[in-house]
Amino acid sequence: MAAKEEQVKFLGKWPSPFSNRVELALKLKGIKYDYSEEDLSNKSQELLTSNPVHKKVPVLIHNGRPISESLVIVEYIDETWKSNPFLPPNPYHRASARFWSKLVDEKCLPPLWDAFWCDEKGREKAVEEAMEALKILENEIGDKRFFGGDDVGLVDISANFVGYWVDILQEIAGLQLLTSEKFPKLYKWSQEFSTHPIVKQALPPRDKLFAFFKSRTG
Amino acid sequence: MAEQEVVLLDEWLSMFGSRARIALAEKGIKYEYREEDLSNKSPLLLQMNPIHKKIPVLIRKGEPICESLIIVEYIDEVWKETAPLLPSDPYLRAQARFWADFVNKKVGDVGGRIWAGKKEEHEEAKKEIIENLKQLEETLGDKTFFGGETFGFVDIALVPFSPWFYTYEALCNFKVETHCPKLISWAHRCIQRQSVSKSLAAEKEIYDFVIDFRKKSQLD
Repeated sequence: MAAKEEQVKFLGKWPSPFSNRVELALKLKGIKYDYSEEDLSNKSQELLTSNPVHKKVPVLIHNGRPISESLVIVEYIDETWKSNPFLPPNPYHRASARFWSKLVDEKCLPPLWDAFWCDEKGREKAVEEAMEALKILENEIGDKRFFGGDDVGLVDISANFVGYWVDILQEIAGLQLLTSEKFPKLYKWSQEFSTHPIVKQALPPRDKLFAFFKSRTG
Repeated sequence: MAEQEVVLLDEWLSMFGSRARIALAEKGIKYEYREEDLSNKSPLLLQMNPIHKKIPVLIRKGEPICESLIIVEYIDEVWKETAPLLPSDPYLRAQARFWADFVNKKVGDVGGRIWAGKKEEHEEAKKEIIENLKQLEETLGDKTFFGGETFGFVDIALVPFSPWFYTYEALCNFKVETHCPKLISWAHRCIQRQSVSKSLAAEKEIYDFVIDFRKKSQLD
């Protein structure tokens, strides 16, 4: 716990999994923070000043200093507040966690997202790629409770979209991607993840998220 | 530290491979360099990076580490007594990671649309890369290196792209120096370091490769 007065503010958007990663990290570390919900169609001066390069959420502002990009923020939180580490101590395992975190971000999220929002023409290909991505994660989770081992770590935080958003979006889209029949181990992980005592407090309510995305379908 | 068996699977022209080479050289690590033929990947590469099948891959004690910036962080954590590549302050580390990520997306990906992209895409890609390099120029400012006085993570992330400027310039008809003179001076300062000069591919060699690739792929 920091001895001096800490000012932690976080600019986010509640339906965004990227924003949620930061919320997860803050809650897992037990950090007190002020939250500001951003309207991305009318960006606040604070957002534009603290993330002038990308003008996106999430942004963490710690003692007046801004940090952007969700996974950069999560590692910053991990290095600044050292209790409940998100990364293991061994350099090889840390490199491995960063590799999987990046893979989730770059290879899993895009096709999963596309599978839900693509039109009929592009959907088949997107679903195929999404299933391949889920298969890779199924192989990686194996018999571990979490990607981080016994507790939630960097990769689990990075994969929050897979652990929670996918179930809601597939119901809306009428798709069966992540199911216990197709990916039993990954499905089990998603249940462990979304019912974890701290994680579940940080995730947006299911019905609210469902309604939000449902209203965006045609 | 006792000499560990360290192998780097790489391809000389790769800017991502260069990052790993620079980091290893900065730390003075002895390693075995293995050149991969990417049209005929070795069984070792396919075994060590089965998901992406890409270089660079660093292999230490038989264990593979993939993705160039992850390799650089790994090298920094294992050989932590010499030449730190990332600052110790978490806020400055976050800034370094942010800008290295910016280089990947805004120079790497956009640069790819130039050298490996169709001619029709060049005008748009050129505008973007100039804007992004100008952003980096602004970030560098009058500092010696991106982190200040010490050569480090962001410099390692970006400098391997500098010999590629010649190719981008030739394909899109512009000069980086016109828009980003400080970046060009910074690149020259970096090349004064042996770790960098011995790790970068030559701009002419890159250009010849790209022209040949574009001809074979019928991109022009």
